[in-house]
Amino acid sequence: MAKSETMKEGKERYKSGVIPYKKMGYWEPDYKIKDTDVLAMFRMTPQAGVEPEECAAAVAGESSTATWTVVWTDRLTACEMYRAKAYRVDLVPNTGPGTKTEAQYFAYIAYELDLFEGGSIANLTASIIGNVFGMKAVKALRLEDMRIPVAYLKTFQGPATGVIVERERMDKFGRPLLGATTKPKLGLSGRNYGRVVYEALKGGLDFMKDDENINSQPFMHWRDRFLYCMDAVNKASAATGEVKGHYMNVTAGTVEEMIARAEFAKSLGSIIIMIDLVIGYSAIQSMAVWARKNDMILHLHRAGNSTYSRQKNHGMSFRVICKWMRMAGVDHIHAGTVVGKLEGDPLMIRGYYDTLLDTHTNVQLEKGLFFEQDWAGLNKVMPVASGGIHAGQMHQLLTYLGDDVVLQFGGGTIGHPDGIQAGAVANRTALEVMILARNEGRDIWNEGPKILQEAAKWCGPLKAGLETWKDVSFNYESTDSPDFVPSTTASA
Amino acid sequence: MMTNLGNRVTQGQFSFLPDLTDAQITAQIKYALGKGWALSVEYTDDPHPRNTYWEMFGNPMFDLKDPAGILMEVNNCRKTFPNHYIRVIAFSAVRGIESVTMSYIVNRPKKEPGFGLVRQEGEGRMIRYTIHSYATDKPEAERY
Repeated sequence: MAKSETMKEGKERYKSGVIPYKKMGYWEPDYKIKDTDVLAMFRMTPQAGVEPEECAAAVAGESSTATWTVVWTDRLTACEMYRAKAYRVDLVPNTGPGTKTEAQYFAYIAYELDLFEGGSIANLTASIIGNVFGMKAVKALRLEDMRIPVAYLKTFQGPATGVIVERERMDKFGRPLLGATTKPKLGLSGRNYGRVVYEALKGGLDFMKDDENINSQPFMHWRDRFLYCMDAVNKASAATGEVKGHYMNVTAGTVEEMIARAEFAKSLGSIIIMIDLVIGYSAIQSMAVWARKNDMILHLHRAGNSTYSRQKNHGMSFRVICKWMRMAGVDHIHAGTVVGKLEGDPLMIRGYYDTLLDTHTNVQLEKGLFFEQDWAGLNKVMPVASGGIHAGQMHQLLTYLGDDVVLQFGGGTIGHPDGIQAGAVANRTALEVMILARNEGRDIWNEGPKILQEAAKWCGPLKAGLETWKDVSFNYESTDSPDFVPSTTASA
Repeated sequence: MMTNLGNRVTQGQFSFLPDLTDAQITAQIKYALGKGWALSVEYTDDPHPRNTYWEMFGNPMFDLKDPAGILMEVNNCRKTFPNHYIRVIAFSAVRGIESVTMSYIVNRPKKEPGFGLVRQEGEGRMIRYTIHSYATDKPEAERY
C-alpha cells in the first residue's frame, strides 16, 4: 500500500528551495474523498526518470496551489485544504516495457470544492487544464474524466431545455429525431439555401441545420438566411402537420452580436438556434441562459474539439467536454455516429452518450467512464449523430445509439439520386420501419438489411437510396479505444 | 421526382408507413407494456401541430396490462369516432422521463385537407406565419 511522504507542516516544509511535489502534500494515497470534492483523472506519460507518483503529485500541484519552489506565503492560508491530492496512480494496461507504447499512468486527483467558483465552466477549466499541460515533467497528458460533485452541479443551470421538454415541444416520442445539414457547406444564397431546407423538411426530416462555419459571409448575410429558412420551416410544417425546426447558427465575433442574432431568430418564430464550441465556454453559458429565458432549444456543434480529443496520449477526452457542456447548458451536442465518416469507437461513443443522458452513471471502464456520477437532476442533453451516415445503416445506428439521438443525414438526404425530398422520405421511412420492427422484437442487427429491403418494395425513394450507397462504409481503426475490456471472471 | 405527397398528417412514430394493422398495433402495445409504460387512447378533429391536448378516450390505463384489452379500447374509440384522428400514447413514470414515450396514429379521417399557411407581412422583410387547419373552419363535430 503506497505511503504518503508529505513533509510535516512547519519550518522544515517551508524552508526556501525545491522539494519534490510528493513531499509538499500533493500525494496522499490514504486521502478520504469527500462527496463535495471535484475529482479528475489524467493519463500521464512521465518524462524519463520521473517516477509516476511524483508526476501525479506535480500534476495535482500545478493544477491547484503549487509553484516550482517553496513559498512562505502558503502559510498565510489553509494550504493543506487547498492542495489538490493525487490519491491513486495505476499503470495503464498494455503500456510500458514489452509493449508498443511507453508507460502511461492513470492519476486520480481530488480538488477541494472551495477552489472553484460556482456556475463557471471557465473557472473550473482554468484550474484543471489551465496550467499543467505544458509542464516539462510530463511528456504527454490527457484529461480522461472528471467527477463533478452534486454540490457543484447545483450551481449550474444545466441544459436550457433538455431531452424531455424538447420532445414535448416537438411532439415527437419513441424514435430518434432526424436532421440534416444544408449542403454545400458554403456558397449558397439565402433563397437557394431556403430551398434545401424546405425540401428536406417537407420530405420528412424534423430538423435542418446550418453548418458550423455558416455565420454571415459575403455569399449570404445571416438575416437573409434566417428569413428564407423560416419561410421554408413554416411551409414544411403546414404541409406535414408536424413541428419542424432549422438550427439558426448565431455564432458571431462577439457575444453581443450573437444575442442580437438569437433575438432575430426568436422574433421570426424559430424553435431552435445553434452555436459552435469555438465561441468559448463563457459565451456558451451566456447563450444557454438566454435560451432558457426565451424558450429556445440550443444546439452545440463541437467545432474544433478533435484538435485535442483524438489522440489517446495527449489532450482531453471528449467525454469531459460532454460533462462541461451539460453543465454549461446546451441541449444538443454532436457526439459521434460509430459507423459514419468521423472518428468513433462504439464503446467510447456509448460512454459519451451515457454522460449526456444518464441521471446517474456508474463506473464502466470499458466505456471510458472512470467515475460514478450523480447528475443531480440536471436535464439531459440530446446527442447528435452526424457525418457520413445513410439510410442503409439504420439498423446499426439504432442499435448503437438508441432512441434519444438526432440522426443527421446531410449528404445522405441531399445526395439522393431522386432529389432532396426523396432523400428525406427514404430516411424517415427507414427509421420508422426499423423502430416498428425493433419494437416487435425482431433482431434488427441481423435482419436490418432485410427489413429495409422489404420496405424498399413499397417505398421507391428508399429503394433508390439503398442502391446508391449500398457499398459505402468507413472502416478505419479508431485512434481512441478503450483500455479496459470486460472479461468474465470466475465467481468467488 | 419522388416527393412527400403532403396529403397526410405525418405526426407520430409510424405515419410514413402504411396504416398499422391490428396485429401491428398489438405488437406496439406489447412493447410499451413490457417497458412498464401506461397506455392511453386519445382522439381529435383538430390535428394542428401545436394542439397538444387531444381528447382523452378515458384515463390512461395504468392498471390494464393485457394487450387485447387495450386494443379493445382502441377499437371502441374507432367505432365511436370513426372519422377523427385517434392516437395511442404511452407514459413512463420513471424519474428523468416522467413524460410520453410513444405516440402513433391508429385512425384517420377519410380525407385529410391538412393546413394552409397564412402569411402576415410585417416590418421590413418579416412575415408572421399562421398554420391554419382547414378542418377547423367548421365547428367541432362537423369537421370531417
